Amino acid sequence: MNNLLVMPIVIPFSAAVLGMMFNKYKMARRGISLAGSLALLVVSTLIMLTVQRQGIFALQMGLWKAPFGITFVADHLTAIMVMLTSIIGLIGVVYSFADIDEARESFGYYSLLQVLVGGVCGAFLAGDLFNLYVWFELILISSFSLLILGGEKAQIDGAIKYIAINLVATLMFLCGIVLLYGITGTLNMADLHLKVKDVANTGLLTGIGVLFIMAFGIKSAVFPLYFWLPASYHTPPVIVSAIFSGLLTKVGIYAFMRVFTLIFTQDVAYTHNMLLIIAGFTMVSGVLGAAAHNEIRKILLFHIISQIGYLLMGVALFSPLAMVGSVYFLGHIIIVKTNLLLIGGIIKRNAATLELKLVGGYYKSAPILAIMFFVSAFSLAGFPPLSGFWAKFVLIKSSLIQGSFGIAATALAVGLMTAYSMTKIWGEAFWKPNPQEDDCSKQALSNQERYLMYGPVIGLTIMTVVMGIWAQPFLEMSNYAAQELFNPANYVKAVLGVMP
Amino acid sequence: MQRNNPLTLLYDGLIVILALAFAAFFAMQIPTIAQGETIRITLPWVDFLDVNLSFYIDGLSLLFALIISVVGVFVALYSGAYLAGHPQLGRFRLYLMLFMMSMLGLVLSDNLVLLFVFWELTTITSYLLIGFLHETAQGRRSARQALLVTGGGGLAMMAGFVLLATMGGNWELSQLLTQGQSIKEHALYMPTLILLLCGAFTKSAQYPFHFWLPNAMAAPTPVSAYLHSATMVKGGIYLMARLYPVLGGTPSWMVILTVFGAITAVWGSIVAMRQNDMKLVLAYTTLMALGTLTMLLGSDNVVAITGMLTFLLVHSLYKSSLFLIVGAIDHESGTRKLNELGALAGKMPITMVSAAAAALSMAGIPPFLGFVSKEMIYSGAISLKNMSLFTTGSALIANFLMVAVAAVLILRPFFGPAVATPKKVHEAPLRMWLGPAILATLGLVMGVMAATTGHWLIQPAVQAVTNTQQEIHLALFHGFNTPLLLSALTLALGIGVFLAYRPLNGLLAKLESLVPVTGDKMYDHALNGIAKIAHWQTDILQNGSMHRYLATVFATIALAVGYTLFAKGGIVWPDMWPQLRFYEWVVVLLILASTVVTLLAQSRLVAISALGVIGSCVGLIYLMFGAPDVALTQVTVEILVVVLVTVALLKLPGHASVAEPSGSERFGRGVIAILIGSVFTLLLLAVNSVPLDMKITEYFAANSLTLAHGRNIVNVVLVDFRGFDTLGEITVLTVAGITAYQMIKLRLGRSGK
Repeated sequence: MNNLLVMPIVIPFSAAVLGMMFNKYKMARRGISLAGSLALLVVSTLIMLTVQRQGIFALQMGLWKAPFGITFVADHLTAIMVMLTSIIGLIGVVYSFADIDEARESFGYYSLLQVLVGGVCGAFLAGDLFNLYVWFELILISSFSLLILGGEKAQIDGAIKYIAINLVATLMFLCGIVLLYGITGTLNMADLHLKVKDVANTGLLTGIGVLFIMAFGIKSAVFPLYFWLPASYHTPPVIVSAIFSGLLTKVGIYAFMRVFTLIFTQDVAYTHNMLLIIAGFTMVSGVLGAAAHNEIRKILLFHIISQIGYLLMGVALFSPLAMVGSVYFLGHIIIVKTNLLLIGGIIKRNAATLELKLVGGYYKSAPILAIMFFVSAFSLAGFPPLSGFWAKFVLIKSSLIQGSFGIAATALAVGLMTAYSMTKIWGEAFWKPNPQEDDCSKQALSNQERYLMYGPVIGLTIMTVVMGIWAQPFLEMSNYAAQELFNPANYVKAVLGVMP
Repeated sequence: MQRNNPLTLLYDGLIVILALAFAAFFAMQIPTIAQGETIRITLPWVDFLDVNLSFYIDGLSLLFALIISVVGVFVALYSGAYLAGHPQLGRFRLYLMLFMMSMLGLVLSDNLVLLFVFWELTTITSYLLIGFLHETAQGRRSARQALLVTGGGGLAMMAGFVLLATMGGNWELSQLLTQGQSIKEHALYMPTLILLLCGAFTKSAQYPFHFWLPNAMAAPTPVSAYLHSATMVKGGIYLMARLYPVLGGTPSWMVILTVFGAITAVWGSIVAMRQNDMKLVLAYTTLMALGTLTMLLGSDNVVAITGMLTFLLVHSLYKSSLFLIVGAIDHESGTRKLNELGALAGKMPITMVSAAAAALSMAGIPPFLGFVSKEMIYSGAISLKNMSLFTTGSALIANFLMVAVAAVLILRPFFGPAVATPKKVHEAPLRMWLGPAILATLGLVMGVMAATTGHWLIQPAVQAVTNTQQEIHLALFHGFNTPLLLSALTLALGIGVFLAYRPLNGLLAKLESLVPVTGDKMYDHALNGIAKIAHWQTDILQNGSMHRYLATVFATIALAVGYTLFAKGGIVWPDMWPQLRFYEWVVVLLILASTVVTLLAQSRLVAISALGVIGSCVGLIYLMFGAPDVALTQVTVEILVVVLVTVALLKLPGHASVAEPSGSERFGRGVIAILIGSVFTLLLLAVNSVPLDMKITEYFAANSLTLAHGRNIVNVVLVDFRGFDTLGEITVLTVAGITAYQMIKLRLGRSGK
């Protein structure tokens, strides 16, 4: 049964390889990718069920027992993240059928997408710090490849900035791992949890922890390290931006959650306070960035950054309730932010632009799209009874209970600013009359494209509504994840086989 | 205009029936509640956060629920005719229905989170309804303004709820109501009060948040009648009344509510006098009503609370009626400007009678219920222990201005000389006059039957607000006393103001111009300010310069890690100067020298070659420490890098096209480079002071041959012990290869697709 854990790597990689082999045939490469994504969804469901039934479980690669070999571990957090990845992967593939042109497809688009998905799953499953680094590298190169695929001038410019800054993160992560190995002699995270307690020079350990904050901080696009995101995410086809926004920065947040509950907890007052300050600035800075822009995708991209602040806030508050908020928030934001970008993609196909002053009238001409956007946008802004409300409510509740009034006030104010941005898009793109009413550049979607693009959007919208109205099971699941993170004994036992 | 197909009528009918059903249901609860009982229904919802679907009916929530459902019936009936033929009528109905249910949910919720959910739902539906005429810039702006102002207050209120629940240890209002004493003494009382009042004041348009309400008149008139006078704007009043037993009665509560309420009431009634658009007249008189209600809630006696609740009821009746009448006039004549209307009495007789009844109630003329409420307000205000004079004076000013406004609203459009209107005027259709007529009549009937109204509707609400079993008596005539005198004075002053309208108007204009800045302007300033800060930040941070980005990233890393090491005492200096052999010194010096050359190099070629020297020296170090295979790899990679980068540099544009960094920029970059180098040196020195735990290395050495059947330990580690890392790494290489291929082969044009 534990072999299940390697399937989230095997399936996407197989789909990637097969896709390359049959790359010549359009239906084959599409079919393979779709089948791979569906299979991954099944596997992620099985992993989730297994975790719920038997708790945390692990797979020792090649049967080299931990900490000597490489371990894959699944707890609730991992199961949730793999599940979300498989959903976004599937939705990405379906939407790409309509949004990706023949040229990009024939240069291996679907295979690269599958490699990316496999890499992201690997990062969530890795129980070994160096192995996590390897998946980070794979995510970086495959996302770079998707980013630059097509070779448009803007893409190249964006992709260079993307990879240069992210390489710094990778380098810092690697240095951190090496230094940590130097003082503990192990790479296995469960083993590290035990070994860091014996480190005498806690000042050094905290210093290394801050190095990890910097590395993961670049990866998850926090203030003031996020430059790569707004510089690059607006350049590729919209579906690529949407997939990136759903998956990439969230891997960084996952790494924070894992490493800053399992390893670096010796000086929470210092490290997690630093995280809290970063979280506050990230929220504000991101939302201000959005206020400065008038292009739908750019506005949404800056909101990725501000929402990262919320996710980090839950980690930084370092309490089970706050962590519940962050985990639930991850599910919420992956779904909603991806969805908003997908809606942007439909607008872009229709109007050939995303500049607010050039689009309009969708409230009248596309009521379904309008409903989908309205629900998602207000969910993002945190209005009840949608998922965004519960996400923010739990975070704000926990910060107030813990007496962190500053971050609570910041989070509330940024929520209002998010409403400001979302109503800006709504007012201009949906309510305002269409400024280019008779423009012949408007293309209608074919019926098939309509299904392929609206299907994912409707599905994701339903998810945010369900997560909001039927919040209890999702919060419960997040609670399991948080409890596991705050009681690492079970994790350690699953990996090392002994109770610490 | 009237295109009544059966389906439209059916849909209209469904909403009316739904509202009627609600009204009937709540009416049936009156006897139970009047006996002092309460009803509580609870279903589980989000147990994890103690959020239940729990509803609580007592006198206060019942009074509100009745207003919402009864006014809802007539607004729904009216809207179908008012918007007949509008292409988006279906959406309008949907929003209106959603609003009605949310508003009912708001006043019936027992759970604080549930209340908040409904509160925000009314904000959202209000946004959609204000923006119903969305193709006008005015409609969009007003909708967004209302959303941001009330939404912002709502967020503060949410924080207040969390604090309140923390203090009271419970999320259910019915539980919290009994804990007023301990909560009032809690250290968090003041912040909680202010946060909750932010929510209430924004929703109920209290000064200084009042400006969104007149702007919300951009909505279709039935919406203004329903949301922005009878129900939603009273949500804040409801919240304050509901929490009166928990938070009320403290000096800060009294001062804040009395002062802000009085300002809102007086300011609203003064500005109302100056309006020409009848909807705006009504909007500002709504401010007067909301201010009066808040002011009275600041009191500490039952009489004032009785007056407040009676006024709440009567205002909902006459104001929704007047709004609907203005809508009908607008609908029939094509205008709602006072100076474009006249002598409508003959053409719209039923409407005129309804309007007169509503206006008399508004002016507080006996035997209308408005008179009863005004008497109660005066006697409550007189008997206040604190701020009695202030409250009485404010109420007097607001009330006599209401008399004048009521006179204006009746006399100017319905009487006087006839004026040509855009459309030829007819009586409004049945569906549009029936509602206002009934609502206005209710004001009369309830006034005549004041005692009954008091017993069944007002007394239970008063008991709920004050949390007592106090009995109250409403009557038209209380004997010759100060309140009656004040009523007479109000009437006289009101008529005086109406007669002296022109000279007074000039005076009022001056008064208005004395106010330095309006809330509406402040709102614009705030939005512009945010945009300015946003652009400023973008110019500084996201300016497109790769150098700037990398410099910031490296500087942040160096400072954060360096400071931590320093502050947390992580730095460990080695005990002695390193004992290096002479050729080791050569390598070290070579590395240092190459670093300096890299920093100072004027040409890229020199810089990259110098970097190559550093890399090769690192290879030499590997060699010295007995790792020839690693050294070989290092040197090979280093050579490749230098060659490849040099080839790439030849292809890149020359120096001329790239701005040469200035001296200070060079200096800055040098400082960052030295900082980051120093930080890593410190880290390494500290790590090296700890002996390396060789457990894993030893395991590999011991088991490489026996278990993994390989003599070369490094190879075994790569392909077996940690083979999964290698899988990832070779995939990285493959993807890199594919990427290089596609970058060379695929160059789409600027436009992409």
